[in-house]
Amino acid sequence: MNTGPVKGFAALKRMLWEENPVIGQILGICSALAVTNLVKNTLVMCLGLIFTLVMSCFTVSLMRNVIPRRVRMIIQVLIIAAYVIFIKIVLDAFLPEISNELGPYVGLIITNCIVMGRTEGYAMANKPVDSILDGIGAGIGYSLVLLPIAMIREPLGLGTFFGMQVIPADWTKWNMMVIAPSGFFALATYIWIVRALKSGREKR
Amino acid sequence: MDIQNVHPFIIFFAAITTNNILLTNFLGMCSFLAVSKDLKSSLGLGAAVIFVSTFTAPINWLVYHKLLVPYELEYLQYIAFIVVIAAFVQIIEMVIERVSTLLYLALGIFLPLITVNCAILGCALFLVIRQYTFMQSIAYGLGAGTGWALAIAALAGIRARMEKKSKVIPELEGAGIALVITGIIAMAFIGFSGIVRIN
Repeated sequence: MNTGPVKGFAALKRMLWEENPVIGQILGICSALAVTNLVKNTLVMCLGLIFTLVMSCFTVSLMRNVIPRRVRMIIQVLIIAAYVIFIKIVLDAFLPEISNELGPYVGLIITNCIVMGRTEGYAMANKPVDSILDGIGAGIGYSLVLLPIAMIREPLGLGTFFGMQVIPADWTKWNMMVIAPSGFFALATYIWIVRALKSGREKR
Repeated sequence: MDIQNVHPFIIFFAAITTNNILLTNFLGMCSFLAVSKDLKSSLGLGAAVIFVSTFTAPINWLVYHKLLVPYELEYLQYIAFIVVIAAFVQIIEMVIERVSTLLYLALGIFLPLITVNCAILGCALFLVIRQYTFMQSIAYGLGAGTGWALAIAALAGIRARMEKKSKVIPELEGAGIALVITGIIAMAFIGFSGIVRIN
């Protein structure tokens, strides 16, 4: 992947569509599938990921000249882990219920390949400001995939949206939509739609 | 039934089937989708995951219950687990390189991938959340690894056949169709849910 001269807002923009981390690079799938059965949880997860991404890209970028190359991976992981611990403590204090429901997936932001991919692939070689923009872009790109999927899965599966009843109660709930397999199908369909749109645009 | 009284064998069996770490918890998806194109490397990575998760699960159990809990440092669990896993993988890599060139060639290239495999870290986090005992954590580590390896081997086999025999819509090629197949495998695994039911 070309991570060379992209600077400033171009770094942010390309992450939203052309190089969207989930659709284009198939990264960060674990949480994309696991938390998308409830819109509320998805939103919290997205905000957590954006925070981690921006802060760790910034920190790694600041330290990029002092990190020895041989141990850079483990240092990056430790920086990311520190911010994830911060998120976990904040969630436990202010949103204990969501923190409980998300369970291990908050901790798993550490091994979310998007974060590692951005710190290793971009922040290690670029200035702090560009890295922050790149991090914001990747985080929003991730949210742009997760939120629509959650917005489809929750209403169809539970008849609710953000915890509120939106579909009449006599609607037969599609239990399928909130359990594991539909996560795979929903994401596959989303990838299909986006790629079809992309190739349609290229043909024109 | 209290989770502490469940026989480790049941935990092992549940971790492979009903609580399959990949198909129900979606962990380790990245390497799952990237590597499953090829059956041979899938088996290699699967073996490496089984090996690492079987050993890191009990080590992480000891670190959490004997080190972090007595000193009330539970909030450091993420860093502790990631360091344990990274250190274990590094040590194993060096040992294997010394002891057996054959094994190193088979597993060696997959080991670095494993440090950032969320299945291994997820394993450690689940055994804290579900409050497993020491023996149960060994069984869970072994079961989770086996379940993961089973799923990747199944997907790799199906993908290899599909490449030869069938046409896929161009937009769905690669990751898209892999996700659909995984979804169908996951549906099949729901059939196991009548056998064991634990969390």
